[in-house]
Amino acid sequence: MHPVRKQRLYIVLFIVLGASIAAALIFYALRENMNLFYSPSDIADGKAPLNTRMRAGGMVREGSVQRQGEALEVNFIVTDYANDVAVSYEGILPDMFAEGQGVVVTGTQTAPGVFVATEVLAKHDEEYMPPEVSEALEKSGHSGGETGGNSSSRPSGYDAASQY
Amino acid sequence: MAFRWPQFFHKLGSPRWFYRIGGLWLPWLAGIAACFLVIGAIWGLAFAPEDFKQGNSYRIIFVHVPSAFIALAGYYVMATAGAISLIWKMKLADIALKCAAPIGAAMTVLALISGATWGKPTWGTWWVWDARNTSMLVLLFLYLGIYALYNAFEREEQAARICAVLALVGTVNIPIIYKSVDWWFTLHQPATIKLTEPTTMHASMWQPLLLMIVGFYVLYTTLLIERIRVEILVRERRTRWVQDIVLASGA
Repeated sequence: MHPVRKQRLYIVLFIVLGASIAAALIFYALRENMNLFYSPSDIADGKAPLNTRMRAGGMVREGSVQRQGEALEVNFIVTDYANDVAVSYEGILPDMFAEGQGVVVTGTQTAPGVFVATEVLAKHDEEYMPPEVSEALEKSGHSGGETGGNSSSRPSGYDAASQY
Repeated sequence: MAFRWPQFFHKLGSPRWFYRIGGLWLPWLAGIAACFLVIGAIWGLAFAPEDFKQGNSYRIIFVHVPSAFIALAGYYVMATAGAISLIWKMKLADIALKCAAPIGAAMTVLALISGATWGKPTWGTWWVWDARNTSMLVLLFLYLGIYALYNAFEREEQAARICAVLALVGTVNIPIIYKSVDWWFTLHQPATIKLTEPTTMHASMWQPLLLMIVGFYVLYTTLLIERIRVEILVRERRTRWVQDIVLASGA
């Protein structure tokens, strides 16, 4: 390669490498501030502030959703299956809200582990399948449709789906 | 005479040759793109089964995922053109850098809008400032910034050099967008289609999606070649061969 071009190649590599190092340092400095929400374990560890607007996220624990009669008020537990946060909310829930489904709630922590939400968002997982496949999975005892959320290392139960 | 690749690429670097060869490829590329997109869209929208949780709204994926793929891949096309332009001072690389920016911006807008449209029925909100959405918005600003910066200069050479540097600095954002859903807690779900692991989508759904992705790649190539050809004509307007083309077309 021509020496001048070689030098320019080094400049190009320097730009890309320099920008990468700068970005890495910025994101190292920000660390968990980059997260959209606190997990129930973070909240149990006391990492989340009290009486400040913030977000918590996790799975809606199965069987924990309680409605107050005809009112819009609803109580449920958000869990990461290690720790729990009790959430109360008054308002319209998104269509995708369901037990065993991921949610991100915005609101304030009024006491340790107690959360009053002003907004509830449903978190979708990365699984897509036709309803028949999901029903077949449930019949065979795989909970393919009922899990979901953050962990990508979670056993998906999807390998079984390809049999149908 | 045998077909020789090094010579072929060398010729492709000349605007005049690129104009000619690109013109020969265009109808084929456009035809292939149309076939993939039409078949993929009809299959995906009409024949693929609905999702067990999202119902029909998941079908936005057939536009969202391909356009997001191209938004990311198109940035690398632009940055690579920028690197070639910086190192080898190739005219055609300058042109490719300039032409890739608006197409990439359009794909990013498409990905953002289709994502918001899906987010409303699924998440319950159009937009959330999580790492994936925010880094994707930064990508749009990078594309628009490069487009604006290029047009802010009188001299094309200077514009190309400065935009190439900005494009190279911006490459750092691409792996951040791609990995944001794994590195941080986001509302956006992790990738469904992965290179290293089996996909978490039923075959009846990812097959049309694959057609759409291939279709979008070919469409991107078609648009880029066409844009580059137009830009070549504009820049070489004072040369004999361009004037011959104009005369031949009867304008």
